[in-house]
Formats: sequence, structure tokens, C-alpha cells
Amino acid sequence: MDSLLSYISQHVEMIYIVVLMIFLGIEIIGRVPSVLHTPLMSGANAIHGVVIIGAIIVMGKAETDNYLALVLGFVAVILGTLNVVGGFVVTDRMLEMFKKKK
Amino acid sequence: MGLSILTVCYLIAAVTFILGLKMLSNPATARRGNLIAAGGMALAIAGTIFLYENDGRKLGNYHWIVAGLLIGTVIGTLTAKRVKMTAMPELVSLFNGMGGACAALISIIEFQHLSHFVTSGNTTGYSNFHSTLLIIFLGLIIGSVSFAGSMIAWGKLSGKVKDFAFGGQHIINLVMLVVTLGVAGYLMYSLTPSNYFLFYLVFVLSLLYGIFFVLPIGGADMPVVISLLNSFTGVAAACGGFLYDNKAMLTGGILVGAAGTLLTILMCRAMNRSLKNVLIGSFGGSTAEAVEAGDQGPIKEISLTDAAMVMAYAKKVMIVPGYGLAVAQAQHACHELEKLLNEKDVDVQYAIHPVAGRMPGHMNVLLAEADVDYDKLLEMQDANDQFKNTDVVLVLGANDVVNPAAKTDPSSPIYGMPVLDVELAKTIIVNKRSMKPGYAGIENQLFFQPKTSMLFGDAKKVLQALLTEIKNA
Repeated sequence: MDSLLSYISQHVEMIYIVVLMIFLGIEIIGRVPSVLHTPLMSGANAIHGVVIIGAIIVMGKAETDNYLALVLGFVAVILGTLNVVGGFVVTDRMLEMFKKKK
Repeated sequence: MGLSILTVCYLIAAVTFILGLKMLSNPATARRGNLIAAGGMALAIAGTIFLYENDGRKLGNYHWIVAGLLIGTVIGTLTAKRVKMTAMPELVSLFNGMGGACAALISIIEFQHLSHFVTSGNTTGYSNFHSTLLIIFLGLIIGSVSFAGSMIAWGKLSGKVKDFAFGGQHIINLVMLVVTLGVAGYLMYSLTPSNYFLFYLVFVLSLLYGIFFVLPIGGADMPVVISLLNSFTGVAAACGGFLYDNKAMLTGGILVGAAGTLLTILMCRAMNRSLKNVLIGSFGGSTAEAVEAGDQGPIKEISLTDAAMVMAYAKKVMIVPGYGLAVAQAQHACHELEKLLNEKDVDVQYAIHPVAGRMPGHMNVLLAEADVDYDKLLEMQDANDQFKNTDVVLVLGANDVVNPAAKTDPSSPIYGMPVLDVELAKTIIVNKRSMKPGYAGIENQLFFQPKTSMLFGDAKKVLQALLTEIKNA
């Protein structure tokens, strides 16, 4: 418990971000017309691909003789990149079709 | 210096994520929003590679990182460029699963790292040992559930995995979840080298939970499930933000987590299902219990020629697209029909139910691909105001979203779901492949009404045949 409390007080900025982002996320979505739900879900899907940064850090920190970490990290980087790149490209493809009309 | 620049990179990335999501919520700015978020992401990735330092040490293993990025980029781009618009929902699910797996793998590696401290009996030297372990577990469990669940959702939408439910499944799911959390909780305070294997047990249990969590849920609920898993992955990514004290990961993850959760609830509301029901996983899968249709009276079929005549001489035609249109890839034929009818001075519009197809907005995306004018797509409320002035409603492979039972039959599982009031129109022509019930697994009274006629067949073939008939008329 103490450890948790001290963690919170040390990372209070992060906790603030969490709370604010929860409200902001809800606020932003609340005004979306239903026609854009699929592209929006896809775009959000690409944005959580930011987890790739974690994969890069893990990969970069792994000792060169720690093969398990290297292999898992390598796979994590590939999967994370798939999430980011695939997500943004698919979203763009969907939105491209909307744009032609306007 | 480098680290300060990196901090600014992350700040810019976080802002682009917020801005991107915001712009994605408006048709006029959506595409730019997506590109802006992608730009921010690229900046964050490049910054991490070149500027990140851990205790004064730069990152190593560059060739591995770059190779991984290249492989991911090539495969990701090719898959995303090649996929058919109809297969979009499952692709989103697939990419979502990749993100979840990435988060889970990070947790596994960080656990490895952490366990060295435990093995050497030096956990006091590790600051915030318990909190770090908690975050590792959160990332592992949420990421794994999201990965396994997304894979099942992907398989289901692409027809590779069948609905599967057995008695007592909810209880087993619940037990599995409790055991997973229990073991994780136990390890939080009593991690020793002899019970490291329990960590991997948590991993396996989370994967199994993800599988069994999605398996019994029927296709009608798949959009809700994907949206929910999408927000799960967001939270898993945010766990990474805590692990590395990384505010870009935190912002992006929590933003998606919150937005995804709300989107999930909005979808549930549109289908009159409580999130609890979807989570526990009922109905959708129980297609076997379809109501007997024997006493509903006969159905009436209409010939292609007659259907073509009725439409060609109507003043106003409303097209109601559904999943049948998507599987038949009939959106282009549908647009052709619309243009041809327009030439004959028939007013054609589309009535779009928010959950028609397999994802919210699925129909809009498909029809947009076929160049259908954005202004011709009516949302449910506007469409419902128009049906009484409509001569012909053409239902293309939609079923549950035009089922009047949702308004009249309190015993129906979809009772209370907002539906399109197509029965107000003068004539209704329903194109379906067969009399099989839709995804909710219930009979549709609409098909037995006197002013409804059925036009059986694949949506694309039927539309093409209609086109020929109308041209010759």
C-alpha cells in the first residue's frame, strides 16, 4: 500500500494525464457522426499503436546475448509496426473514399 | 540536449494524437486528422530511435529495430492496401490484435528484466518494485486478452471461426478471469524464483480468457467486441507509458482507451444491449433458438421483371443496405441502379442504420467506395421521416435492422432496438439469399406482410439483372 501511494505521489503528473485524457477522449468521441465511426475506430486503433515505442525501447535495451529478449523484442517491434502502419493506411484508404465527393 | 528534444517530440506526438482524433470526428477534416496523427507517430518513433537514452546509454541493436520496422511497414502497407473494403472490419481487428500482442510481449521482457532482481534477492534496490510488477501484469493480461480476442473476432468475421458456446461457459469464463487475477495478485507479493512459471500461467490463462470471451459472442455483437478490444489495447499501451515514464504512450493509450470505451457504449445503446450482456456473452450465439415461422403466413415472391417495373415507375425509392450487400460486393451495382433510376426521374436515397453491416459506418464506407453521393445517405431518423412518402423500399441483405418486432414484440431479443420503419412505405422489396434469419437469429415479420415481396438471390447478381431489366423497360 505504501509502495503504491509513494508511486502515485512520484507519478502524479502521469495520473493527471490519465484523468484528463479520459475526459478528453469521451468529449471528442461524443460529437462524432455515426458515418465516421468505422474510420474513427480504425484511426484510434492506429494511435494505440504508439505501444511500438515501448517495443523499440525494450529492443534497444536488450543485452546482445539475451536471445529471448532479442527475439521477443524483435517480434514486438514487427507487430507494433503492423498496428501503426496498417492502421493509418487503412484509415486513409477509408477516408480517401469519402473525400472524392466533397 | 538530445533528451530534451525527445521530450518535445513526445509532446508534439501527444498533441497530434488529440488533434488527429478530434479532426477524425468531422468528415471535412478527417483525412488530414489521420495524416497528422500519423506524422506525430512517425516523429515519436524516429525520436525514440535516435534520441532515447537510458541512464546515459543510447539504445543498441539498431539493425534489429530497423529490420523489424521495415518488415512491419512492408507487410502492414501491403495488407492494408490490398484488403477489400468489405473485409475492413476484420482487418481492424487483426491490427488491433497485433498491438495487444506487442504490449503483452513488452510485459514479458520487462518481467524477465525484473526477475533478475528477484533472483539476486535485491528487490529493495529496485525502486517501485511492486508498482512496476502491477503494471507489468496489467499490460500482460490486458494485452493478451486483447490479442487472443481480436484474433477470434478476426476469424469469426472472415468466416474461419464458428460461433461456439457450451453450457456454463459464463461461469467458466468468470472462474478463469478470477483465477488469472488471483494468481497475478498472489505473485505481486510473493514472487520468488521458484514460482516464475506462474507468471507464464497468467499469460496462458489471459490468452485462453480472450479466446473464450469472444467465442460465444455472435456476429451481431462483433463491432461492439472489436471496439471494446480496441480500447483494451489502448489501456495496455498506456501501461507501457507508466513503465517507461513515457507521456506520448500514456496520452495515446488512455485517449484511445476512453474514446473506445465510449464508442462501445454508444454502439451497445444503438442495439439496445447492455454492455454487461455483451461482456458475459449471451444471445448472439444462440441462433438455434430461432422462432418458428410456421404460423406467420405465406411469403410472396416477386419476379425480376416486376421488381424492375415497380422501381422504374416509382417516384421515390429508398435503398436499405445491409450485410448482404457487403458480402456480395454489390455496392457498385447498387450505385449503377441508383444512377439509372435517377435518369428515369426516380428519386433514390439510402437509409443507413447505424449498425447495418458488421460495424458502425460500414455501409457508409462501402457506398462511398462506389462513389455514392454523401448527401444521399440518410441517417436513421431522417430516413424514418421519409418512409411514408416512399413508393418502394429496396432492402438489400439487411434483416434485423428492419425488423418491426423490435417495436412491437416485447418478447423479441431485439425489442427496443431502434429500427428503420420500412413498413411505412407503399411497397417493400426484400432481397435476401434465403429465408435464413439474420445475425440475431430471429424471424422477421416484415417478410410476411402483404406489401412485402421477396426477391431471392445474391445481391450483386440480382442488382445486375435488375439493371438489365430496367434498361430494357
